[in-house]
Amino acid sequence: MPTIKRLFIANRGEIALRIIRTARALGIETVLGVSQADRDSLGAKLATRAVVLGPAPSKDSYLRVGTIVEAARGTGCDALHPGYGFLSENRDLAQACADEGLIFIGPTPDNLTAVGDKLTARSHALAAGVPVVPGGTVETAEDASALAETIGFPLLIKAVAGGGGKGMKRVDDAASLPAQLDLAMAEAEAAFGDARVYLERFVTVGRHVEVQILSDGATFLHAGERDCSVQRRYQKLVEEAPAHHLPGALRQGLLEAAVRYARHIGYRSLGTVEFLVDVPRGEFYFLEMNARVQVEHPVTEAITGLDLIALQIAVAEGQTLPLTQDQIRLTGHAIECRLNAEDPTRDFRPSPGRVTQAWFPPVTGLRVDTHMQPGAMIPPYYDSLVAKLITWGATRDEAIARMLTALDVCVLEGVTTNAPLHRAILTDPAFRAGGVDTNYLGALLPTLGVPT
Amino acid sequence: MAELTRADIDEILKLVDGSDFDELKLEMGDLKLELRRRGASAPAAAPAPAPAPVAKPAEAVAAPIVASGGGSEIPAPLLGTFWHAPRPGAAPFVRPGDVVQADTIVGIIEVMKLMNSVPAGIAGTVLEITAPNGELVEHGQTLLRIQPA
Repeated sequence: MPTIKRLFIANRGEIALRIIRTARALGIETVLGVSQADRDSLGAKLATRAVVLGPAPSKDSYLRVGTIVEAARGTGCDALHPGYGFLSENRDLAQACADEGLIFIGPTPDNLTAVGDKLTARSHALAAGVPVVPGGTVETAEDASALAETIGFPLLIKAVAGGGGKGMKRVDDAASLPAQLDLAMAEAEAAFGDARVYLERFVTVGRHVEVQILSDGATFLHAGERDCSVQRRYQKLVEEAPAHHLPGALRQGLLEAAVRYARHIGYRSLGTVEFLVDVPRGEFYFLEMNARVQVEHPVTEAITGLDLIALQIAVAEGQTLPLTQDQIRLTGHAIECRLNAEDPTRDFRPSPGRVTQAWFPPVTGLRVDTHMQPGAMIPPYYDSLVAKLITWGATRDEAIARMLTALDVCVLEGVTTNAPLHRAILTDPAFRAGGVDTNYLGALLPTLGVPT
Repeated sequence: MAELTRADIDEILKLVDGSDFDELKLEMGDLKLELRRRGASAPAAAPAPAPAPVAKPAEAVAAPIVASGGGSEIPAPLLGTFWHAPRPGAAPFVRPGDVVQADTIVGIIEVMKLMNSVPAGIAGTVLEITAPNGELVEHGQTLLRIQPA
């Protein structure tokens, strides 16, 4: 059983620090590969060693598979952690690590292929008996009527060759189906030279709920679910665990489906199965599987007491999972707010720059994952996440109250952040009632005077 | 207006280096500063070819030159393993005391079996080969120092 001695971290920002934290706890040395823009970052200082991969743009540094593997080998590392984003789900990196004898802290290259594109992932879901959004391809108006019966209304017509909304139509009732179908097929033909379309159920009120999976390739466990419905243009802003007001049977079905999916593809690592919960119908559909550690993993850690990165490393080393499903107990409630250096009043424009003050004192129940410190530079090249505030409470109300305290107490000055938006969400009656859907934030913003 | 110090210029160089700009012109009162990234007007180097089992003729990679006290420091244009000689056992490309031209090859940087040749970038006399043979060099790490002609 290989034991990792020196770990290469192919990432930046708060997740680099999160990995360094666990590595230090495990007595593993770290080498952080940084771009030129990040050579003075906190991670570069805290890692055992930092090496400059290349210039600031990601494509010249954080996205270079060959450079990263060369850097890992050249610094004597025996393993590589890709974090999230960048190359974390890149099959070529996982394969290059395998070829060079480096332990990739993530799933196998085959796992990455299985979840890599939506169609393959969807076909695996069907084979595993995991529900997907009902739909199918149609060629004639008769086909469409028959299929629409089983799908129900409203539904979406999408071009098979599609993208960019061309050939996409929403149909609210059976009467308008034939005319909309003709339009969609004509648009698809004109736009893509391919008139084929498919019908798909349109979920009017949906929640984004995802399940944390842990697997060593033989044992498949879940660590509960997370609700990430508070999002804007598919960017998650506030996450929580467990998902509030989720019917018990639905929740159980979702957890079991996620485990079934992971088992079906022989998944081996930390991963997340994402679902769309159709609130009016009380059903759920598979969206995709993320084969990496998630940004929002701390809410799961907060209610389980697990160190997910440590488990991810243990599995990559070839160890068997040191726990059973019964030993994963969910206690209390946790919320995460993503503090971004962006200005919600200016169309969420990023606000890079130098941080003049950063203070995140130990408020009860608060955990802060951040790479900020006074004088830290937020470069304009990467995403705008600067800190994750995670609060835990015995109840959801307590977790929210603690988050409001944290937002009042913590200081991050020098750049504009979305902290005021978090305060507005946490004091909003609909959010406090719980169980909001993915339309929630888009509808809340105009009431705050924020242009959307 | 305050004078531009050496440290200020170093800071400006760093900013330009980390940016997408190839050229900077700065005027402060009587002072005019013009910085141009080496090879800014020249076409960019062709992308590296696919890996092959045998090392092929190496491609030149442009490196920015940073001036310093003891000659000019020639930085690594990319991260990789630095080789002093074209193959193990062969004579090194250059030795201290050698006179080089801007296009003289001074070493090879290997990235995943791809060989990238490193030109001196300036004409002058080699003072010292700073980076050890066969070891990893970071992007921007000093490879050697050259006394400009």
